[in-house]
Amino acid sequence: MLSTDQRDPAALPRLLLTLLGLALLWPGLHLSELDPGVLLQAENRQQMAGFVSAFWPPAHDAGFLDLLLTATVQTLAVATAGMSLALLLAVPASLLASRALSLRAASSAGRLGPWSRAARLPVRGVLIFLRSVPEIVWALLFVRAVGLGPTAGVLAIAITYSGMLGKVYAEIFESVDQRPAHALLQAGSSRLSAFLYGTLPEAASEVVSYTVYRWECAVRASVVMGFVGAGGLGQQIDLSMRMFAGAEVASMLLTFLLLVVLADLLSRFLRGRLA
Amino acid sequence: MRHGQVQALSALDLQIGQGERVAIIGPSGAGKSSLLHLMATAVPPSSGRLELLGEQPWALSAGARQRLRARVGLVHQAPPLPPRQRVVTAVLAGRLGQWGTLRGLLNLIHPGDIPGARAALAELGMADKLFAQCGQLSGGQLQRVGIARVLYQRPEVLLTDEPVSAMDPVLADHSLALLNRHAQAHGVTLVASLHAVELALAHFPRIVGIRAGQVAFDCPAQAVSEAMLGALYANEQLTSPVTATASLQVQIPRC
Repeated sequence: MLSTDQRDPAALPRLLLTLLGLALLWPGLHLSELDPGVLLQAENRQQMAGFVSAFWPPAHDAGFLDLLLTATVQTLAVATAGMSLALLLAVPASLLASRALSLRAASSAGRLGPWSRAARLPVRGVLIFLRSVPEIVWALLFVRAVGLGPTAGVLAIAITYSGMLGKVYAEIFESVDQRPAHALLQAGSSRLSAFLYGTLPEAASEVVSYTVYRWECAVRASVVMGFVGAGGLGQQIDLSMRMFAGAEVASMLLTFLLLVVLADLLSRFLRGRLA
Repeated sequence: MRHGQVQALSALDLQIGQGERVAIIGPSGAGKSSLLHLMATAVPPSSGRLELLGEQPWALSAGARQRLRARVGLVHQAPPLPPRQRVVTAVLAGRLGQWGTLRGLLNLIHPGDIPGARAALAELGMADKLFAQCGQLSGGQLQRVGIARVLYQRPEVLLTDEPVSAMDPVLADHSLALLNRHAQAHGVTLVASLHAVELALAHFPRIVGIRAGQVAFDCPAQAVSEAMLGALYANEQLTSPVTATASLQVQIPRC
């Protein structure tokens, strides 16, 4: 009698899910051909040691630093311009995709009717399409269309990131307390006003934090796209690696670390202000 | 009227004229809040007819219904205010239904009518909290912000759902008196659901008793007798003999 009282009904499903997860992970390790032993073979160790030993000291002559600065500014510009374009599409799309602006949801405890659910499907579909193609593929495509240079990177980031931002914004808007916005809609306010006064105050810090994190990701992505000819730091790293100039690569990786630290500090600062 | 599987109100026929001041009393779960939300057009009735200010809200287009809703104000028992929102913004949001979206947006960047918000709050003794964040306020203070918002809204029909349940007796008395003065001065129809029977009898000329989703009695305050209240609050599920008559002597509103 006591044992049935103390049994947690969720225990068995949780155990089964854990076992299922482990069972799925094992073939994954085989399929990905993961074998850390390769790293320890003598020949490979020498190769890596030779490359890494050239890293120190990092390159710091005036001519290179000038080049580095230009490339860094270009990378930041690509990331920022790409994010700005992405926001132009992501903000309206997130409002359309979420229940935040639904009048019907306000008068039925947050449930949507079949029509309003169907109307949101195409918006979600567009967002899925935008983010399903990796930015590097868009970059390769645009490099062919608009030529080598940062423009291809900006367009690639704008397209992929609008899909990601739109989806996550919509989910943030739905995850905060809907009652303030519903109360405003029930007092006759317009949908956008109800969103601005009821939903945004609670969602703002999450939205800002995610946007800054995505900007950080956009900086990284613009570096990667540099490898396929979209300008900035990535293109410089590619060139230096081809010339086996490890010291230059080290300087650029340090710059990179600095950018990510700065993005993190900015995110903390903004969250602190909005909290 | 139904909430999912629960029948909250049934066979309910109630008419409230313009400028009337009505208190709704009844035991917990009787349907007081459901009735107020129904009147505020917050939820559509699952069956039956609702007429508000001469219109049938659920037969109107969405835009016309929003315009009608702007003429009705509802004070929630626990006002749903974002914790990070400032009190001044929360009060000014009362007129979002009358303002366009653009004015609402500008007001969010810089509050346009600080004197108006201050005046509404001052009547409730909250003027010093004008620029505080809602999250820093107590339950009773939040209720007063909710009342200030609806006073600022200036609706033609003012509905309040347990508006003073988290206030001390003096404040509760003051706030209800204020709502009644406001209603009388502006010819506003005032409907309040209340747990504290003595407050209802003291402030409102007409009392409606609700029990199990139906009107138990509907009469002037002077005509309400001890026996009627005893029948209204009788609770077969409680084993120890408590409730109605006991609470009549204690002058503290129950939450």
